[in-house]
Amino acid sequence: MLRIECPWCGPRDETEFTYGGEAHIARPSDPAACSDAQWADYLYLRSNPLGAQREQWLHAAGCRRWFNVRRDTVSYEVTAVYRMGEGRPGGDT
Amino acid sequence: MAQYSWFSLLRHGLSHHERWPRAWRSPAPKPAYDAVIVGAGGHGLATAYYLAKDHGLTNVAVLEKGWLGGGSVGRNTTIVRSNYLWDEAAHLYEHSLKLWEGLSRELNYNLMFSQRGVVNLGHSLHDLRDLARRAHANRLNGIDVELLSPERIKQRVPLLNIAPDVRYPVLGGTLQRRGGTARHDAVAWGFARAADARGVDIIERCAVTGIRQDGGRVVGVETERGFIRTPKVGLAVAGHSSVLARMAGIRLPIESHPLQAFVSEPVKPVLDCVVMSNAVHVYVSQTDKGELVLGAGIDAYTGYGQRGSPHVVENALAAVVELFPAFSRLRLMRQWAGTVDIAPDACPIIGLTPVPGLYLNAGWGTGGFKATPGAGWVFAHTMARDEPHPLNAAFTLERFTTGRLIDEHGAAGVAH
Repeated sequence: MLRIECPWCGPRDETEFTYGGEAHIARPSDPAACSDAQWADYLYLRSNPLGAQREQWLHAAGCRRWFNVRRDTVSYEVTAVYRMGEGRPGGDT
Repeated sequence: MAQYSWFSLLRHGLSHHERWPRAWRSPAPKPAYDAVIVGAGGHGLATAYYLAKDHGLTNVAVLEKGWLGGGSVGRNTTIVRSNYLWDEAAHLYEHSLKLWEGLSRELNYNLMFSQRGVVNLGHSLHDLRDLARRAHANRLNGIDVELLSPERIKQRVPLLNIAPDVRYPVLGGTLQRRGGTARHDAVAWGFARAADARGVDIIERCAVTGIRQDGGRVVGVETERGFIRTPKVGLAVAGHSSVLARMAGIRLPIESHPLQAFVSEPVKPVLDCVVMSNAVHVYVSQTDKGELVLGAGIDAYTGYGQRGSPHVVENALAAVVELFPAFSRLRLMRQWAGTVDIAPDACPIIGLTPVPGLYLNAGWGTGGFKATPGAGWVFAHTMARDEPHPLNAAFTLERFTTGRLIDEHGAAGVAH
């Protein structure tokens, strides 16, 4: 079981959260202007990295707010937690 | 290849089974091959076998970063069936099931393929309508299926609780009699032995670290044991597909999740078919040793760690105990996880890639084991002819751009 530190509520068990997939994927501002390839990239293509990953979580059974997590996909260790709109603390990885 | 038979068993019995020859060689990699397959799991080894047998391509290497059959082929819950909804998927899985039916004899290896029947349960009116729709689609595609009432299911699975007063009562189901189980390790070993006998080099502990291109074409792979030149590289690496594809600059519509399974202590025969429920996310069968093999749904987060979270196990066991109250006294002996590569439409990607000479067999998600012979068969065709077989023509990478998805989330469930 993961232990995730909600930026508002503090550390809680994984069962309180809902996983929201890869973070920092911006919805194209003008979908109608996208090519099929650009739309497919937004909709379906994922980095799925081995190692550090930025991802979204929702504190569903708590404050019900979304936030971002940097987690290692092999050790599952959570290495950073930050609120939406706070950029990418810790650099590019 | 030494033929296995009653006679060889008897003869080796006389020497206390101490003189059995190795089932396959352990060669050093050659500098060049006509084709290289990455991943010595079920799919990779089956591909190598069919490349050699059907397409005359024997100068082939299968590269494996760990040990043969140590990934998903040895971590699934061994279920084989073909009752998929859409024509494209149904034809592919049915082709695979037909290959299974003659495979032990063909490979001269006992795969313990047992067509004991697969029961899918429905727990709501919507479930039943969905099962009926899928059953009718199966019949139109020539796939055997029967719709069952709770009483008929009870006759077939006496320990199943069909009482109406549980949280998710059993309201009906389907049965595919030709479905069943196979010994998963034996599938990898059988294909390995048969491919090796036809000249294929299986090279373990040889991780691929790069895919070298020249003029936009694949010219070989960088490995832990040096560069290997080859014009054709086939990826059959399941959970690590995104990692390998990235080496060739390709982003995939795939996310890798942990999927957990567990076995109970062995008991006398209590369950002679496979029982699956998509709604409560569990599937169970009993091995010849007597252990119950149980599987859970995927963990929500992505991960390559080959382990998941305990609450997922707890959810699956709660469902098992409600369906089979008698199982509540059993203890679990082992618990593990594999890494499954999930595509957005729960269907595989088998075909060419934007890089000439690079071929992809990925995205089987939770359901790759049952497709092992069929996937190898169509992937070998795709690699040898440089074009997909009609059976896998729809399973392209481009479908995520064109929008021509094959949504099998209902039939894929989580069982494999």
